[in-house]
This record gives sequence, structure tokens and C-alpha cells, in this order.
Amino acid sequence: MHIVVCVKQVPDTKIIKINPKTNTLDRRSAPAILNPYDAHAVQEAVKIRKMVGEGTISVLSMGPPQATAVIKKSIEIGADKGYLISDRAFAGADTLATSYALSKALERIAKEEPVDLVICGLHAIDGDTGQVGPGIARRMDIPPVTNVIEVTELNEKEKTILLKRKLANGYQLIQADYPCLMTVGKEINEIEYSPMPNMIKAARYEPIIWSVNDLENVNRPQLGLKGSPTIVGKMFTPPKPEGGKRLEGNSDEQVNQLMEVLQDKKELFLTAR
Amino acid sequence: MSEKFDVIVVGAGPAGTSCAYTCAKNGLKVLQIERGEYPGSKNVMGGVLYRKQMEEIIPEFWKEAPLERPVVEQRFWMMDKESVVTFGYKGLEWGVEPYNNFTVLRAPFDQWFAKKGIEQGVLLITETVVLECIVENGKVIGVRTDRPDGEVYADVVVLADGVNSLLGKQLGYHNEFRPDEVALTVMEVINLPKEKINDRFNLEDNQGCTIELFGDSTKGNLGTAFIYTNKESINIGVGTTLSSMIKAKLKPYDLLDYLKTHVMIKPFLEGGESAEYLAHLIPEGGYHSVPKVAGNGVLLVGDAAQLVNAIHREGSNMAMASGKMAAETIVEAKSRNDFSESTLNIYREKLYDSFIIKDLEKYKDAAHTFENHPQYFKDYVPMMNQAASKFFTVDGTSKREKQKQIMRSITGERGTLKVLQDMYRAWKAVK
Repeated sequence: MHIVVCVKQVPDTKIIKINPKTNTLDRRSAPAILNPYDAHAVQEAVKIRKMVGEGTISVLSMGPPQATAVIKKSIEIGADKGYLISDRAFAGADTLATSYALSKALERIAKEEPVDLVICGLHAIDGDTGQVGPGIARRMDIPPVTNVIEVTELNEKEKTILLKRKLANGYQLIQADYPCLMTVGKEINEIEYSPMPNMIKAARYEPIIWSVNDLENVNRPQLGLKGSPTIVGKMFTPPKPEGGKRLEGNSDEQVNQLMEVLQDKKELFLTAR
Repeated sequence: MSEKFDVIVVGAGPAGTSCAYTCAKNGLKVLQIERGEYPGSKNVMGGVLYRKQMEEIIPEFWKEAPLERPVVEQRFWMMDKESVVTFGYKGLEWGVEPYNNFTVLRAPFDQWFAKKGIEQGVLLITETVVLECIVENGKVIGVRTDRPDGEVYADVVVLADGVNSLLGKQLGYHNEFRPDEVALTVMEVINLPKEKINDRFNLEDNQGCTIELFGDSTKGNLGTAFIYTNKESINIGVGTTLSSMIKAKLKPYDLLDYLKTHVMIKPFLEGGESAEYLAHLIPEGGYHSVPKVAGNGVLLVGDAAQLVNAIHREGSNMAMASGKMAAETIVEAKSRNDFSESTLNIYREKLYDSFIIKDLEKYKDAAHTFENHPQYFKDYVPMMNQAASKFFTVDGTSKREKQKQIMRSITGERGTLKVLQDMYRAWKAVK
């Protein structure tokens, strides 16, 4: 069983600041981390390997050389090896160009060992699109299964996998043939505290770095900024939510004020007829 | 049995990283374990990094390390409630290579330093807590971490786990602190535009200033406060011994608030934006508190060995120097393939032969003296202020008469004999 997990290095959006002039992220203001959903994706690969008893877990990322940090982090969680595609030619890519580049890298990885499963995080916390996973699946011509919250069963003989998806109004149980691609959110598992041997392995690990020349049959105009049709029309910072109102005074006064507020908003509490 | 290393270093502060770096540079297999998210994430220091000891580890480090400003001026303030007597030194020779010392922010600096270690081959693992040393037949043979399969082994374990060295205490090398052996320091990093800092402290872009504040800065208690200039922020902090804090019922954050709103300090901080708030213990027991520093398969360095000279606010330099000495000792022990206490005691000899223990020895009674005789901070600082005020106020009194009045008021308050005693005692404590 060969599982490839696609991971991305993102700025920690919990603390990042926004440049007030350009409305873009000030990337220097926050540390770069492994996209949290991708960490769950790696963890799920570890779980699946445990379920089937054996297998290889590879991680794949695209980004500048310092993105090797997220590959090392993935090794801590339990991946066996990691690939980074890093080249000026990839720079400025939107989700279309990114999924193209990653699928080309996946082709090369599959040559070394055929790929059975691709797992991606639900979406990256910096871009929030969730398009790259399905984009890769489309290009590899394998089924995409998004928002998986449980890997229920895996049948190696029949090469089928039973997956539970979360939908807006319920759950869906899907049986898919694999190879397939799934995207996962935080619900699917708890990140385990990595064992010491993984930590030592990760500290020592040197990720495999490929440039565009290491990939085969690449149509260069589909890469990077050139291959990115996305146009950013406007960027703005959503207004900060206003703080709630604090009721002051002794308890009687506070209760009276609260009653006034409730009276004022009573239409919110009417039941539908 | 899991993997065995030549050396395990616990902690990635200046002491631990100096040791790990030097060991790896000499070809040893080093594992360094840090509990924080990254090196520097848990570390606190007022902010002065000394050039000399750092340079002995990485020559010309100032060309690439993330430093704030080279210090060209050191001021000392004897503060009263609405006045201050100052003296200091500013020299532009400190503003050019090879410099004297620098202000630094620990988070970026420690990360950079640890990275230099990694380049030498150190395996650094973060977010991992070492729970205890593994001891077998009276010899430390490794450490147990809080991770699954968390045991790792080495010929020598170096404890660079900081002031509160829980591992050193577990081994019985030092006891729980007495409240007069540690200071509690709180500090704040306050963001200010570069131009404002340059104007307020009379500096150019690449010049820094340090101010050490005595007297009312700690409400007359044994301790000091400080203001250090970074590129675009100011570190302001204050600390007193725990015993003083208990005695005077002080709360550290109240003390910092008091300092920040002090009429002499407030103008420096005007318009600043608080960026970080930090607190830490500082080992100030000095010479008498230095624990056993070498045992079978184990060494203690830096704050864990209580190597801080509180009088001269030196600590990081001692940490680095001790880390390097420990590393040199381990290299020697490796060549003899003997990691017993008697061989590792070479480290102890190096330490006691160096400026580190010599300086601690020089001031071994200073803290004790000042703690037991609070008049130095409580009475003499205000007296100095009153004397200066009287002397420099032009009111028609002759200068000779003023001198007489000042002497009378000083000896009058305490008595001539007492003043002489106090002076002798202070001189003896620091001679």
C-alpha cells in the first residue's frame, strides 16, 4: 500500500497580520506551519497503514526550499519519505497550476512505486479554496472523495475503500475503487504525540527536492503564474466583529436590562407557524 | 535499546547550544532536546549579549546573527521618586567592530544559534520534555522524554535545562532554592518607531543604549531595573530577589507598572505599543549556590549550574563559556573513552579556573550584604539625590557651605560611624 499525502506550508493565520495598504498577508508577521488539515491527512495515512499492516507513506509539497520544514514535520507524524517540488517556474501558481504541478510530481512518484491512495487536507488555511485536491484527482483520472470523516473499511483484495463523508445536511457512506483521492478535515482523527524515534528520524531527514527539470512531460505554460487564470478582483479585510454589550450594575439592574434587550429582539424567538 | 548518541544536550538556550555546537563541530554525535516549540520560545533575558564569549564559538557572528543594536552607551541611574543621579559611559569605539556587546531579542537569536548547531550536525528535537535522567549503577546513561518510546541514550548527558534545573534537582545536585537565591524578573517589549528611539536616547540607527536603574526603580528593594534599546522596540524590566518580594509584599507586575509610570521613565515609553510580556527566574545565589557540576556521565551548564553574575548582569556569556568548556571536556573524555566523574571533573576545573567562578567568588557576599543591609538601596540612593539637588541648586549659599550641609545631613541621618561602616561593608562585599 503506497499512500501519498499532499501537504502545504502556510502562515499561521491565527496570528498573521494584514498589510493595511495592500490588504495582503504580511507573511513575515507569522511563523510558517504545516497546514493543520494536512497534519490530519498524514495522521490518517499512518492510521490506514496500521489498519492494513504495512505500506509506504510519502508526502509531497510544492513551495520554496524552506517548505522542507513541513515535510520534516510530516516525518515526525509518521511519513516515510518526502518530496518537495521547488522551482521558480512554479512560483505564483493558483489552484489550477498547483494541481497540475503536483499531479506531474505524483506521476513521477508513481513510477517509483505505484500510488494507491492520495490524501489531501480539506483546504489550506491561507487560501481556503479546497480546489487543489479535486484538481489533482481530475488530472490523475481517479475518483475524488471530499470531506471524509472516517475510513470505515479497506478491502485490499477488491481494491475498494469505504469512506464516510460529512455533507451539509448529514452523512454519506461511499464505496470507492482505489486508487482514489480523499480530502480530510480535523474531525477524522486526533494528531498523536509523535514517538521519539520519529522525532530523531525527522531531525535527520533530508527531503528529496525536485526542480521542474526532474518532472516529465511538463507543459510549461501550465505552470506558475503563466498557468494561472485566476484574477484577483478586489481584496478587502472583513470588518472585525463588534464586541458584545456588557450589562453593568447590580443583579436587578442587569436582569432588567437583559429583559429589555430580549423584548427588543423578541421576533428572534418566535416559533415558525 | 533505542539509539545511542555521544552526547545528549537538554535545552537549547545559549549554554546548551554552545555545548551542542562545539561537540558536533568536533565530530561527536549530538542530540539536543528542547521543550519549547522552537529554541528561544521559552527563554527570557534582559537583552544584552556579550561579544567576547560568543565570538569564541562563532567568529564574527555579528555579520550574520540577528542582533538588535551594538551598545555604545551604558547608563546607570540612581533613582528617587522625582529625581535621578546618573552616570555612564558612551564610547563610539563600541559601535564598530569588534564591538563590546549587543542588544538582542532572544527568540530570533536562539533560533539562529541553534541553526548553526544543526549545520554542524546537531540533531535538534523540539516540543519534547525530558522527564528524567536514566541512571544505572550510579551513572547517567541517557534521558527519558515524555514521548512514546521516549528513551534515548548517550555517553554524556549535559543539563542545560535552565535556572530551575529539575533534572539537576532530581539527581540531588542542588536543592530547592531559598527565596534569596533567585530573582524574579518581569519585562515587557514595547514597540516604538526607530526614529523615536534614536531621538529619545540620543542614538544613531546602529547604536544602542542600556540603562540600569537602582533605588526607587525597585521601590528601594534589592534588585535592579533596566531599559535596553532594540532596533524598533525597547525592553523594560525589573526584578528583585524573591525574598525581597515576599518581605515587601510586592507583586512583580505591580513593580513593572510602577516603573513604567514613573515620572523619570514615562517619557521614554510614550506612544509605545506593548508587544510582549515575559517573566523568568534568574539564579542570583552566586558562588555559594553553584551546585555539583559534574558527575558520572553528566554535566551541568549555564543557568542550570547557577552561573550568573547578578552585579554585572552577566549570564548569557557565562552560559556560553560554560557550554563550550563542557563540550571540550566531553571531547577529551571521548578520546579517553572514560565518562566517569573523575574525567568529567576537567570541566569543573576549567570552570573554577576561568573568569566565571572567579567573578562569582569576588561577589560571593555582595547579594547577602545588600540583602541584610537594605540601607544601600533604601537610604543612600535618595540621599545621593538630595545631595545632588542641594549641590547644584543655585541659591546664594557658598559651595563649601553646601558641602558641609550635605555631609552633615548624611552623617546626621545615620551617624558618622555608621556611614563609615556601611562604606567599608560595601567595599568589602565587592572588592
